[in-house]
Amino acid sequence: MKINILTELFLIFAKIGFFTFGGGYAMLSMIEDHCVERKHWITHNEMMDITVIAESTPGPIAINCATFTGYKKAGFPGALSATIGIVLPSFLVIWLISMFLDQFLELTIIANAFRGIKIAVGLLIADAALTMISKMPKKPLPLAIMTASFLLMLMINVFAWNFSSISLMLLAAAVSVTVFLTKGSGKPKEGGTGK
Amino acid sequence: MIFLELILGFLKVGCFAFGGAYGAIPLIRDVVLSYGWIDDEMLTYMIAVSESTPGPIMVNLASYIGSSQAGFPGAAAATLAVVLPSFLIILLVTAVLKNLIKNKYVQAALRGMKPCVIGIIAATGLEMILGNCLETSPVTAVSPQAILLTVLLIAIMTGYRFLRKKKLPSIPLILISACLGAVIYAF
Repeated sequence: MKINILTELFLIFAKIGFFTFGGGYAMLSMIEDHCVERKHWITHNEMMDITVIAESTPGPIAINCATFTGYKKAGFPGALSATIGIVLPSFLVIWLISMFLDQFLELTIIANAFRGIKIAVGLLIADAALTMISKMPKKPLPLAIMTASFLLMLMINVFAWNFSSISLMLLAAAVSVTVFLTKGSGKPKEGGTGK
Repeated sequence: MIFLELILGFLKVGCFAFGGAYGAIPLIRDVVLSYGWIDDEMLTYMIAVSESTPGPIMVNLASYIGSSQAGFPGAAAATLAVVLPSFLIILLVTAVLKNLIKNKYVQAALRGMKPCVIGIIAATGLEMILGNCLETSPVTAVSPQAILLTVLLIAIMTGYRFLRKKKLPSIPLILISACLGAVIYAF
């Protein structure tokens, strides 16, 4: 019995991992369809809960959902099977591509196509940021942190400062906790006072 | 020791990959460029490949970078390292510390980190767009083809959003940019 559910978790999540492109939220509807509607592994409410939790924890939302569903259904082994299931297809596809990509790029037309793609990638990232900005709470503190991080990150990259984006995130967390502790919620502040 | 470096580098990425699919890109860029594993150009190509292949971008990039450095074992090590933090954190949150996320200090820290990630993503996108418009070889100069492509792609994205009232999905955009690139750079 136990083996069956582990295999099933692995197979369902491998299927979800193989057929969803673009990652993240694209996978959610498929996870909902399989785990809530068809298999009744988790309830719709649990699915909503894990979506909220995923927003607040690192890592792709699809992996968070897989770990959670696997754990709910069959404890630690279940979490492991589901997580391996969702990661394995993309891992194998990329590993195959990595073996051929270099030879592929030696063709002039492909190299030129990739020079075009490079420009699309920059635009996609900027576009994702704009969407996130339009959805974020328009309060002084988040806006100040966002603007300060934007400017600092630009300067870090342009002047090749030895300050990583992780340090920047920890600094922002520290600023936010400090403001929370001092209860000055509406007070404007400078984000770039560290180091 | 390349395996240790891969594992450490991608554990760092996995611990701080907030902000959805694009949140991990600046972190990976930081880590990859500081270790000198692959260059910025190749990384950008791989972001596009990751967008167009199944699975989360973070996992795809870890697999590729690991594979480029140390073959299949490298890919396995990097992928494992990048997934491990979120796996453990979800287990911790669902099994042991059910109220950890609701803790007011954790919430305050997250409230600071989320806008910071948005700023970092915006800066990375802008820097990539501007960097793309410059050619670095043989000398640093403005690239007219790149500017033309940038303008064309922005026009296509805005036009699509205006006409269809939704975002142009990333895979069609990547395909369009590939075709335009193959044509424009051929001259």
